[in-house]
Amino acid sequence: MIVFENVGHTYGERRVLTDITCSLAESRIGIIGANGSGKSTLARMINGLVTPTEGSVSVRGLNPARKGAEVRKFVSFLFSDPDAQIVMPTVGEDIGFSLRRRKLAQDQVLEATRTILTTVGLSDYFDHPAHLLSSGQKQLLALASVLVTEPEILVCDEPTTLLDLRNTREVADLLAALPQQIILVTHDLDLVHDWDRVLVIDEGRIVADGSGAESIAFYQRLLVP
Amino acid sequence: MISVYVPGNSLLHRLPAGFKLFCLLAFTTLLLVFRSPTTVALATLAVIVGYALGGFTPRIALAQVWPLRWIVLVLIPFQLWLGGWQAAISIVGTLILAVAAAALVSLTTKTTDLLSTLERILAPVRYLRWDPERIAFVLTLSIRVVPVIYSQFGEVRDARRARGLERSLRAFATPVVIRTIGYSHRLGDALIARGLDD
Repeated sequence: MIVFENVGHTYGERRVLTDITCSLAESRIGIIGANGSGKSTLARMINGLVTPTEGSVSVRGLNPARKGAEVRKFVSFLFSDPDAQIVMPTVGEDIGFSLRRRKLAQDQVLEATRTILTTVGLSDYFDHPAHLLSSGQKQLLALASVLVTEPEILVCDEPTTLLDLRNTREVADLLAALPQQIILVTHDLDLVHDWDRVLVIDEGRIVADGSGAESIAFYQRLLVP
Repeated sequence: MISVYVPGNSLLHRLPAGFKLFCLLAFTTLLLVFRSPTTVALATLAVIVGYALGGFTPRIALAQVWPLRWIVLVLIPFQLWLGGWQAAISIVGTLILAVAAAALVSLTTKTTDLLSTLERILAPVRYLRWDPERIAFVLTLSIRVVPVIYSQFGEVRDARRARGLERSLRAFATPVVIRTIGYSHRLGDALIARGLDD
C-alpha cells in the first residue's frame, strides 16, 4: 500500500503538487495529465527521488524520504530515457550491475541475467554494446535491469515516450504480464484504458480518480471542453 | 576514444584484468622511459601482435587511434620544429601506441572485471575514508558515458546545421553543456533508483 497524505511540493517558488491525499493498493495504477502537471514528481516520491515539501508519503509503512534505501529494495523505477538508466557498456553487464549488491555467485548472476534477457526478448544480445541497441531495445534492457532485482512495486515514468508503435506495444505487453504492482505515468491513454485505477493530475491536484475508462473520459473532456 | 569490450575467446580475452592492467602500465612506462624511434618501432610490433592475438582486424585497430588524428597533425610539425624527426616519431608514436594499447585492454576486458580489479587496486584508499567501490565505479562509468555524450555532439551539430548556424560556437557549446548537465541529472537519479547510493 502506498499512501500520500496532504502531499505538496514546490520547486523554488513554483508549486507543482498541492494537497495530494490517496492510497494506492490496486495492481495496475495509471497516472495521466498534461506536461508539467506534477505527475512525474508524484511518481518520484514513491521511491524517494523527490522528497515532498509538505505532507508525507508512506510505502508499506516506510517513509521513502527517510528510509529510501529500504524502500528501493522493493520499489524499482523505470525512466523515459533508457540512455540515462543504462550504466554499463554491454547488455549482460548492465543486468549484472543491478545484482551487484546481492553478492551472488558468478553463475547465479549469469543465470538470472540470461533468464531476464529471454523474458524481454534480448537473449541474443548478452555481449552487445548497449549504446548500439535501438531505442526500443534500450528500453527493454532498462526494464530487464530493474526486473532482475524482482521488485514488488514498479514505478514507470513515461517509459514509452521515446518509442515507436511496435516497441510501445512490446513494452506495454511486457508490463501487462508482470505480477508486480505497477504505477505507470503516461501520455499514452491506450496503455491504461483497461487498468484498475487511473488518476488524472491537473495543475498539481488529483482531479479525477476512477477506473481507466472513467478517468480517461474525464481527461478528454478536460482537454477539449 | 574509449573502446567497449568485444566478446571473444582469444588468449588476451582470457587473461586476468589485473594482469592486463599491469602490462599496460609496464608498456607505457617503458615507452616513456626509453623514448626513441627504436622503442617506438619495437612497441609498434608488440601492439600489432597484441591486436592479432586478440583477433582484431587492422580496421578495428586503426579505429581506436583515429580520433587522435587532429592532435597528431598538430603535434608532428611542432615536434619536428622543436626537436627534429626523432623527437617527432618518439613523442607522437608514444602517444598513439599508449592509446592503442589501452584500447586493446578495453576491447578484451569486460567492464565488470575491470571494475572488480580497480576496486581491489584501490582498496587502500579506505584508510583515507574514501570508498574504493565508488571511485572504481566512476572510472568505469566513463566508458559508458562517452558514447552517449558523443552522440549528443552529433545531434547538436545537426541541429546547428539545420538552423544555418554551422559556424556559431555558441550554438554548439550552449546546447551541449545544457544537454550534458541534463543527462548527468537523469543519470544520477537512475543510479539512486538502482540502489548505488544505498
